[in-house]
Amino acid sequence: MRAFSYERVSNPAQAAARAAEVPGAKFIAGGTNLLDLMKHEIETPLHLVDVTGTGLNAITETSNGGLRVGALVSNSALAADHRIRRDYAVLSRALVSGASGQLRNKATTGGNLLQRTRCPYFYDTGMPCNKRSPGAGCAALGKGASSRGLGVIGTSEACIATHPSDMAVALRVLDAEVETVTSSGETRRKPLDAFYQLPGDTPEVENTLEAGEMITAVELPAPVEGHHAYFKVRDRASYAFALVSVALIQTPEGKGRVALGGVAPKPWRRDDADAALPQGASAVMSQLLDGARPTQDNAYKLTLAERTLAALLAQE
Amino acid sequence: MDFNQSAEDNLFDRARIVGKPHARIDGTLKVMGRAPYAYERNDVAADQLVGYPLCATIAKGRITHMDASSARAAPGVVSVVTTLEIEPLDRSENNVARLFGGDLIEHYHQAIAVVVADTLEQARSAAALIDVSYQQEQGVFDLEAAWEKLDNTGEPLSDVGDVDAAFQTADFTLDEIYRTASQSHAMMEPHASIVDWSDGGKMTVWTSNQMIEMNKQALATSFNIDPDTIRVESPYVGGGFGGKLWLRADAVLAALGSRASGRPVKLALPRPLVFNNATHRSGTLQRLRIAADAQGKITAFDHAAVSHTLPGGSGENPVNQTRTFYAGASRRVAHQLIDMNLPESADMRAPGEASGLAVLEIAMDEMAQKLGMDPVEFRILNDTQVDPEDPSKPFSERHYVECLRQGAAAFGWEARNRTPGENREGEWLIGHGMAGAYRGAPTLDSGARVRLQGGRLIVETDMTDIGTGSYTILAQTAAETMGMAMEDVEIRLGNSAYPTSSGSGGQFGATSSTAGVYAACLALQEQIAKHLDVETPRFENSRVLAGDTDLALSEVANGEEFVAEDTIHFGDFKDDMQIGTFGAHFIEVGVHAYTGETRVRRMLAVCDAGRILNPITARSQVLGGMTMGVGAALSEGLTVDLERGFFVNHDLASYEVAVHADIPEQEVIFLDTTDAASSPLKSKGVGELGICGVAAAIANAIYNATGVRVREYPITLDRMIDQLSNAAP
Repeated sequence: MRAFSYERVSNPAQAAARAAEVPGAKFIAGGTNLLDLMKHEIETPLHLVDVTGTGLNAITETSNGGLRVGALVSNSALAADHRIRRDYAVLSRALVSGASGQLRNKATTGGNLLQRTRCPYFYDTGMPCNKRSPGAGCAALGKGASSRGLGVIGTSEACIATHPSDMAVALRVLDAEVETVTSSGETRRKPLDAFYQLPGDTPEVENTLEAGEMITAVELPAPVEGHHAYFKVRDRASYAFALVSVALIQTPEGKGRVALGGVAPKPWRRDDADAALPQGASAVMSQLLDGARPTQDNAYKLTLAERTLAALLAQE
Repeated sequence: MDFNQSAEDNLFDRARIVGKPHARIDGTLKVMGRAPYAYERNDVAADQLVGYPLCATIAKGRITHMDASSARAAPGVVSVVTTLEIEPLDRSENNVARLFGGDLIEHYHQAIAVVVADTLEQARSAAALIDVSYQQEQGVFDLEAAWEKLDNTGEPLSDVGDVDAAFQTADFTLDEIYRTASQSHAMMEPHASIVDWSDGGKMTVWTSNQMIEMNKQALATSFNIDPDTIRVESPYVGGGFGGKLWLRADAVLAALGSRASGRPVKLALPRPLVFNNATHRSGTLQRLRIAADAQGKITAFDHAAVSHTLPGGSGENPVNQTRTFYAGASRRVAHQLIDMNLPESADMRAPGEASGLAVLEIAMDEMAQKLGMDPVEFRILNDTQVDPEDPSKPFSERHYVECLRQGAAAFGWEARNRTPGENREGEWLIGHGMAGAYRGAPTLDSGARVRLQGGRLIVETDMTDIGTGSYTILAQTAAETMGMAMEDVEIRLGNSAYPTSSGSGGQFGATSSTAGVYAACLALQEQIAKHLDVETPRFENSRVLAGDTDLALSEVANGEEFVAEDTIHFGDFKDDMQIGTFGAHFIEVGVHAYTGETRVRRMLAVCDAGRILNPITARSQVLGGMTMGVGAALSEGLTVDLERGFFVNHDLASYEVAVHADIPEQEVIFLDTTDAASSPLKSKGVGELGICGVAAAIANAIYNATGVRVREYPITLDRMIDQLSNAAP
């Protein structure tokens, strides 16, 4: 861990301004991922802006029938909120499938969206990683590499890491938007899908946040009718990242939406795949995973994704 | 005391305390956080500094250049020792790769520098400033490729009867290839030490280690110093599983740091180093052939295997128990070591047996299936009471058949579905599997000293308690022998100032060290008898009774202290027989019909391990073994980067040990047996028996659930999902 300076701020605009102003600044809230990364010197901020005093802890109802979730709402509080459990069950289910009780108590909504990949090569500073050190190369694409847990679609020649969040997969299927404040105090809003960027040649860039820009809230549109399900597939029964996860909202008529976790650098969803839902899991996946480029180690994820969706559809 | 023949009827056959359930006497300390583990011992030496290791990021080659000037200048840094500054340390016989010194890199994450600073954060941050250049060399990392070259070559460990003829004439044969993964001990407490070698003279080491005397000798060898100048303390160990049998880099780097800084230094291996700097269980490739006649009698085994090691190491020999577990006139077993440039492979819980039985007991299931026999009955039919390679050698005690029969009855084995893939509850395919367990019962000479102070007895031995319950069973043994109450006995362990014991490992610890304490107590009794000038005194209710003498133990010494010391020496009469422990595992699993996720639903182990010294701590050992077996079966496997040559999943997020949610109802039944050939207490170990066979029982249950036979561990869903298609809805 490199030495760093630290300050607390009391409102989001101040946080954004300070983060833009101080070289090497990063925000810290729950710190459940950032502190680990700092200890390994994967993240080496020179300055931390503690945003836990910025008051973004509320879940409030919006004028269009949705909910605005403050960036500091903990994963535990969000999962337990009665409105979330009643109207956005896919989100509650995704949240409780992640991490552990202790981590969910500390982890925040904004921080969860910004957690870094769990690619083992990203975590080993002895290994080349384009996400960690742009231009260094990608050890996960080496000829003897282990890539069983890594991405099959949306990846690039520079990076095949996945986004590890369960929460974000549910938010994607709910069409959530990310609200931010920029260093000049301007409020911006982006659909989650546009917020995340695919790796391409610049895997170190994971989202559209500008210098200093801070997530202030996630906005959920009015509830989506239908059965909400989240199926996380993993090697052990708890405390593991998804090999594949499926978020599904399905109406009694068989229409609905599907998003995948564990397969791509961001939650993976396509309109044409949603449209194919009435035709079943195979039809959905032939759209959703069209263009997939798995490795030998992780090709099973294509089969697994389809079978996992089939399991959810059969539950109806 | 010499143990040169099987024990006769003795006090342990009428025990008040030994063999009875006693909660751990150190339990309260542990629950309250007051049991001092190595890294927490801030009180033992003043002015401690913190060390942090820097490790190699190549698998093989040499260091061409190191620049530590920035690290030396960093805030809080007191000393930096780089590997280029000192000659290679001598290796003790139990270490394969160098622990430190010189420019040679033998494996990934080999230690190459230690930074000593006022705080952990300063040391860690400064370590990252050291600049290292390497000259990298090509290494060998692929066991599969090595196997292809070596298949069916080399000299067998044993070749009895006529194996080839047996296979030619057999009514039923099996010939399959199996793979087990490399595994990490992944103990909760990483390797950690505080070392005070401030003046370069006497060295004191507070560490986490299973074998105190061996650790002391290895330190003496490493630093070429007199072992009598070294004191090692390791009273509490947060899990070892074989990973802490040896001297490792934590103590070596702390010692070097202490000498360089002139102050005590504490150092714990960061978690990734537990995987790549320390030792692991080698993966194996095994080919197993079994021949049987039409009635199901096995006529031959042919078991060949490879495992990997750094040059000079011993790998993981998975074929040895195939020599003696089952009957059969002919057998050939061979294990070949492949020199590979992966981190050092060495012993891990049930070394050899865990990987060997994971395979043999699948093969037995497959064979029973070919024969159309019940797997329990097939095993019973092929039981043996003598060493099948040398029928003149009997088993001292072997109650394997009883384990199988009791287990089958208790588990409800008869009621299971026998047609694979046809028992379904909703999305889950339900399966039942079983496997046999077999592990040797070695004993090592073990010493102890006892002090009678007033009415209290203090027991001192360098035996360790690695979470196993040594404190408790040694107190039971001493209290039993001296006719005292448990509360009047104090146990002091894990200190090189105490007599040398067996240490903990190989499931020899409990049986050896209790016998050592028994011997020391008998020596004390002799002293008391001599002092009181009485013949054959009895020790009951904290009193000495002999003729007219009836004296409280507290009054024997008149304010003085009686001290007695002895060592149990186990004689070679044991070589004339096979002494082993046996068990049977019965397991129910659910396999998700769509995803192939396997979840264990029910586990039963029946164990035949001689006298159980304490059913609570013994059960805990077996439960731990069963839990580790679930990990071995379903999720634990070190993944090798075949080009860069290291274990990629080197943390507890990516190397997945079983968590609470993975572990269902577990039941343990101990047969009421004794083994007089084993020790005066007639006990044998259970700590390694508990893991033996578990993985195979799960593999067999998965087959029963799905009809898919997976012969490669861990049995993760990607290894069967394509074949599950047929079993799918």
